[in-house]
Amino acid sequence: MIFFELFYTFFLIGLFTFGGGYAMIPMIQEQVVGKGWISSSALTDFIAISEVTPGPFALNISTFVGNTVGSPFGAVCSTLGVILPSLIIIIIVAIVMNKFITNRFVKGALNGVKPIVLALILSTALILLIKILFFNGQSFQSEFSFDKKSLTLLILLFSYTFISKKINKKSVSPICLLGISALLGIIIFSV
Amino acid sequence: MKKDSYLKRLLTLFLTFLKVGALTFGGGYAMISIIEDEVTRKRKWISEIEILDILAISETTPGPIAVNAATYVGYKVGGVLGSIIATLGLALPSFIIIFVISFFYKDFMQWQIIQAAFKGLKVGVVLLLLNAVMKLRKGVKVNFVGIVLFVIALSVMIITTIFTVSFKYLSLCLILLGIITGIVLTLLGKEGDKE
Repeated sequence: MIFFELFYTFFLIGLFTFGGGYAMIPMIQEQVVGKGWISSSALTDFIAISEVTPGPFALNISTFVGNTVGSPFGAVCSTLGVILPSLIIIIIVAIVMNKFITNRFVKGALNGVKPIVLALILSTALILLIKILFFNGQSFQSEFSFDKKSLTLLILLFSYTFISKKINKKSVSPICLLGISALLGIIIFSV
Repeated sequence: MKKDSYLKRLLTLFLTFLKVGALTFGGGYAMISIIEDEVTRKRKWISEIEILDILAISETTPGPIAVNAATYVGYKVGGVLGSIIATLGLALPSFIIIFVISFFYKDFMQWQIIQAAFKGLKVGVVLLLLNAVMKLRKGVKVNFVGIVLFVIALSVMIITTIFTVSFKYLSLCLILLGIITGIVLTLLGKEGDKE
């Protein structure tokens, strides 16, 4: 049943998310695109939308996928799924509290997970970049075509983040960055 | 901790996290200041010191940071029911907003100008992810095992994509590998951060 499947999928994703929303993306990609629920290009659109709308990224993306796959009730199932592991784990942690964060095994496990999470997010970025630049946003098996316009946009955005980091001494806000990407996208891809 | 009726606490919890869900973008760290304002300064339900723990705990435990923080504050203020109410308050705005957007999404995508905007947004998402990597990198201790894990995970992800090997539980297994390696190293007393 699709509703149970949605709940179970997002329960797993919630349970294995460490270090914030972006770490979920590779897992969502494997599960949701792997099951043929959503194309990987649509998922990237969802990521952008989830980032520019208010609310935690993780909840936005779960609602979006759930709603697309299984209507409003699907969205309820995916959202409950992604929330439930947090609810259970945090309540347990709140009860045993202080002992938890200072526990050396918890610290050890986190030290092991962090480099993996970093690699997962980086690989998502690199794979997406290669798809955009050389495969028209499709899989690596599709026809090779070099996209000069996307490369131009990438260089422009990269210089923008680099320069504003140097000037403001802090990184660009995601909304600002995505707003500019959309605007430049309209200019570059419309002409 | 100030004494208020239990019902009033639950209502305030719900409204506070409704506000957090409706007003914060990106989630995670941005929401902490709103929580601090409502729960610590106005109501004095959670002490200044405890609010610092919230971020630490939310980052350490699995699950989205925003959801973890809501659950934790909810539990401290109103027990198990409190954590459920806080989390529901947090989720409700996302739910409504995304629900409305997904109605228009398909029709919207027919427009040429929107398609162009989304082609631009895709490149923007790549940069966003790279920025996240740069930010997270600061919290990672550089040691031999960490580098090995990083290289293994990165090459596995890229090679499987090139050869279109699809395995639904690939990144999940890699995360498990990280957890197990970390615990085994601790057991062997080689965690590298002895105090």
